[in-house]
Parts: sequence; C-alpha cells; structure tokens
Amino acid sequence: MSGLAERISAAKEEGRAALIAYLPVGYPDVDASIAAMVAIVEAGADAIEIGVPYSDPGIDGPVIQEAVDVAVRAGVGMPDVLRAVRAVADAGAVPVVMSYWNPIERYGVDRFAADLAAAGGAGAITPDLIPDEAAGWIAASDREGLDRVFLVAPSSTDARLRSTADASRGFVYVASTMGVTGARDEVSDAAQTLVARTREARPDIALCVGLGVSNGAQAAELAAFADGVIVGSAYVRVMLEGRGADGVRALTEDLAAGVRRAGVSA
Amino acid sequence: MTTTSPPQTGELSLPARPGWPDSSGHFGAFGGRFVPEALIAALDELTEAYEAMRVDPAFLAEFARLQRDYTGRPSPVTEVPKFAEHCGGASVLLKREDLNHTGSHKINNVLGQALLTRRIGKQRVIAETGAGQHGVATATAAALMGLSCTVYMGEEDTRRQALNVARMRLLGAEVIPVTTGSRTLKDAINEAFRDWVTNVETTNYVFGTVAGPHPFPAMVRDFQRVIGDEARVQVLEREGRLPDAVLACVGGGSNAIGIFTAFVPDEGVRLVGLEAGGDGVDTDRHAATITGGSPGVLHGARSYLLQDENGQTIESHSISAGLDYPGVGPEHSYLHDIGRAEYRAVTDSEAMEAFALLCRTEGIIPAIESAHALAGAMKLGQELGPDTLLLVNLSGRGDKDVETASRWFGLGDREEVDPGPGLDTDQQPTEGAVSNDEAVAGPEAGEQA
Repeated sequence: MSGLAERISAAKEEGRAALIAYLPVGYPDVDASIAAMVAIVEAGADAIEIGVPYSDPGIDGPVIQEAVDVAVRAGVGMPDVLRAVRAVADAGAVPVVMSYWNPIERYGVDRFAADLAAAGGAGAITPDLIPDEAAGWIAASDREGLDRVFLVAPSSTDARLRSTADASRGFVYVASTMGVTGARDEVSDAAQTLVARTREARPDIALCVGLGVSNGAQAAELAAFADGVIVGSAYVRVMLEGRGADGVRALTEDLAAGVRRAGVSA
Repeated sequence: MTTTSPPQTGELSLPARPGWPDSSGHFGAFGGRFVPEALIAALDELTEAYEAMRVDPAFLAEFARLQRDYTGRPSPVTEVPKFAEHCGGASVLLKREDLNHTGSHKINNVLGQALLTRRIGKQRVIAETGAGQHGVATATAAALMGLSCTVYMGEEDTRRQALNVARMRLLGAEVIPVTTGSRTLKDAINEAFRDWVTNVETTNYVFGTVAGPHPFPAMVRDFQRVIGDEARVQVLEREGRLPDAVLACVGGGSNAIGIFTAFVPDEGVRLVGLEAGGDGVDTDRHAATITGGSPGVLHGARSYLLQDENGQTIESHSISAGLDYPGVGPEHSYLHDIGRAEYRAVTDSEAMEAFALLCRTEGIIPAIESAHALAGAMKLGQELGPDTLLLVNLSGRGDKDVETASRWFGLGDREEVDPGPGLDTDQQPTEGAVSNDEAVAGPEAGEQA
C-alpha cells in the first residue's frame, strides 16, 4: 500500500478523516517554512503537502500567490523542497510534494522521482498535469514506487472521474468548487456530490477534499463524507500574518479536532 | 508604390490544415493541455463546438461576411520599392493587416471566437491583453455581438495605456488591472484563466494568440490563416511566382502563423519569424523565446519559453509590448524543431530603425511589433541579394506607438522632426522609451503578435 493510502487508512481505522496541510517552501524563508511544517506535524496533521514555489500559479488565489512570489524571488528551488521533504518525514508525517508541472519538468521528471523517493517523499500532487499528459510522470513514479495524485473537479465527466482516479495512487484530490484556492465561508455542496460521483466511479481509492477549508467546523463537515481534508490557504494566511509556528500549531489543533468530530462516512 | 487588386475571400470552406496538431493538440513534442482538470470540460466543449462550426456553411458564410463587410478583407498587398532600397535590392511586398478594422490582424481571430461563443450559448467573454490590441479587438467583437466583456491587463499597462483602456471602455468592456506577480501580460493571462475556471459555465475565454491549451493554438491558426491564404494568391497574381521568403514578427505568434500556414507546403519558400531581441539576446533583457529560451510548460502548453534553472518564468523585455511575452505558440516550436521555419532576433534599435525607415520612405507608420519583421527583411535582403522577393506581414498600424517612437527618437519637444533614414538610432533613448525593470511591458499598445 502506498505511503499516503496507508496513512489515510490508519486514520479511518481511528474513526476519523485524515488531515493534510499545505505550505509552500520558502515563505518567509526556507528554514521558517520547514519549522512551520514540523510544527503542523507535531500538532497532529497526517500529511504535509509541500508546495514548490512557481512564478505562474494558475489555480491559486491571491493568498498563496503572495507567499510563493516571495519564495520565487528568493530563488527557492527543488533542493530546498527536498530538504523540507526529509524534515517532514523525520517529524513523522507523510510528505507529498505539490508542484505545478514546469518546475518538475525543468528539474527532470526521472531525476525528480528518484530524488523525491530518496528523500522519503511519498509522491506528488500535480494540479496542472492531467493523466492524459502524464506518461513520463506515470512511468517515473511507477519505477520509484511513488504516489501520484491527480485532481477531479465538479465539471469532470463520469468518464474522466474514472480515468483520473484510475491513474491516481495514494488518493484523488477532490477540488470542491470551481475556482481557485482560498478560504471560503461555506464549503460547497458540490464537494459532497463530487465525492459521491468519484466514489461511484472508483470505490477503492481514498478521496481527499480541498479548496476553501479554513477551520475545524468546515473540516468536520467534510470529514463526514471524505477520507481526508486538505487545508492550504488558511495555513498560508497564518504565515502571511506573521504568526509562524505557534499560529499554524493552533490552526492544526482546531482542524485535527474537526476531522475527529464528524466520524467517518460508511 | 503600387497596390494589387486582391482576390475575393468568402469561399465557403476553411482550407485543409497541415498535418498537425494531432487530435489531442500536440505539435510533435509541443502543445497539449497543461491545465487544471476543472477546465478540461470547457476545453472539450470548445473543441467539439469549434470542429462542428468550422464545417458549418452557415458559420462560414457569416464569418466571410464579417471579414468582408466589417474587417475590410481582403487586405491589400503593397509593394514598397523605396524601403526595399535598404534591403539589398530585394523586392519587398507588405501584407497590409494594418488596414483592418481596429488596426491589426487581431480582429481576424476575435470575430471567429465571438461567433463560437454565441454558438455555445455563453453570454460573457474574457480576454487577456498585453497593452491593448487584442483587448480592443475583443471588446469590439463583444460590442458587435452583444456579449459582455471583461479584459485583464497588467496594472502598469492600464496606467500607461490610458487611451486603449478608454477605447475598451467606450466599447462597453470592463477592464481589470492585474496586480499579481510581475503585473505583465503573463499575469494577465493567469488572471484570465482564474476567472475562467471560476465562471466557466457562463463565460468563454477569447484567447489572443496561437498559444495556450488545445484547441486555442489550432483554432486561432485557422482564424488567422486567411492572411497567408490571401497573400499567396495575391503574390502569385502580381508576380507570377511565390516569394523567396515570408517574414513576420513573433510574440505569441498569431500573425506569423497566420501568414506562414498557406506557405508551409511550398518547400522553396523560407519562413522567417522575427523575435524581439530587446537589448540583445546575449543580455538578460529580451523576449526572444525560441532563439534564447528552452522547452517547458507555460499557460497550458509545452513550448519554448524563457525560464530559469528552477523552471520559473523569466520576465521578458522588449520595446514592443505586443512581443513582450516569455512564451510562444507551440506550432512555432514545432516548425523550428522540424526546420520548416527559422527564428531570428531583432533588437529594439534595429526594429526602431526599420520603423523610421518605413515611415519616411513609404508613408506607412507600422506597429513596432511589425517593425521587427521589417528589420528582418532588411537583413535577409542583404543576405539574399537582388532579384529576391520578400513578403512581410505588416501585422498592425503604428498609431498606438507614436508616443513610444517620439520618446525613442527624442522628438517630443522639437518643432523640427527628422526621424529619417540614417538618423542615429543608436542614441540612448530618452527616459521611458524602453522598458526598465519596473516597466517591463513598455508604454506602447500592442499584443503578443
């Protein structure tokens, strides 16, 4: 079983959804971002989505873009990301890299897969890479035994839900709303519908929901029907506000309580 | 100068395509779709609707009518003998896209995409614009067809291009200044994609060039190929032969693909794309994507781009905002790799010299974008010598560039204006004439060509 699937399954056995937290490497600097990731792990997150800074983050909203712009300008690159991967693995959570495709292609997809596996990474989430274009990554991740997480969206057809889930390993990233990343007051009903549709297309892979989750109450709502809850912009906002490791620890405690409140759907 | 009587457009079919892209939008190793899954349904819908539309006689008749009665097609071909004296004795013909309604080739594409928008039943269009040309064209088509229109434009450009912002607003469009990232064209594209992914049920994205995810590169090519289809007939009619070379400026590359496509099967015709060399390709201030870049993924497709060792997009620099883009359409990358087209860089200085020369010798003020192609003709003519025939795509008119040119030549406060041939274009331009670190997009209107 893959690193991510194993952890999500363990959470399920505890009667809860998994908590996956996103932070980009390099905001406010590499060391501080890694320290924040470790703090999140210590406070109870199951996996860290380790963001590779990118100059043109097309699916991200203003909060994440503001932070990654700083990292891009500072020249943060894959070696820094791999350092974060090792730190998260050492702290006891599952590290999964989140990267737009070009930084991986530029680094070299085979080299990326080998180095990620060597650093203890579980795999990668690729928001602008669809399975149709992913032959190189699918081969490399198979070779290194890495998870590969593709996204589904409310606009995905049933056929694409199936083919995307079939190409995924670890979990499927269920993008809860049509739109960019960023905290929302309400997590759309579309999330529940999409989880149900994806589960019907492919019953045996974990489904984690992201886009818009910012607090424990929302996490509890999602945990009622999803296998995992992904929180990104809310963490980045804490970092942008300068609340650092203490801030992300407090947010994690709220979210970790949330994913335990709802219990797990049948 | 002489002007030919052009052929009639309006034949009710689009000509056969070259053997690319494949059904999933790949031009060899380039192109494809590198976008969030959320956009795939919309791209599929667009592809399907477009493939049906392009063989629908009712659409083709409407498209031909608009090209004729609204745009003013066919555009003429003009011989420019006095300019050609500076091209090594070659004969030079200009394809006059500058005479189209709205002043450039951009209208060819937006009319097609606006008709497609209506066909798929969406009421709103969005567009990116570097500094105005595609934005104005889209706002124009939206007004014509009763669509609501939002244009994303780098904040810096909205300030410098108050005139084009006003044009778009007069036409009823909403102009949104983009303040993210580098606040340039590439960020305007990012914002437009964000809008699209959020509002895709009601909104169509009218993309301005032959870049972006499939089907945009192929679709925009189909809408722009009228340039070369007309020009090939026009040149044969007046010269009894094909040109030795066809030249066009390349930013995103839509005017170049537009004029190249008809000539791709003519193996004896050299296809030459002129990229913006800025201060020089050996400096870090240029926009010569193929000449000075490397393959990667940007804005939904694999193509050449300007990037650093981490895969971050490098900001481009050019006096021409329309060429000031760090990417290029995937078909150009493919034509480069298979050796069917060649790409060269023209510096700001060389382009402005050609700009001044055409003004003075022929009474035509070209867009600075198009002046890059003219500079390419001056060089290529010298290389090929007399008796060669060069066809240059004059993709747009230069009214929008008057302020930039005045600053470049230091004409602003003078009564005596002398930007004639032989003027010293190597002089340091006055402040604001060329892009600096804060003013990457330059103060002139234009668009990825």
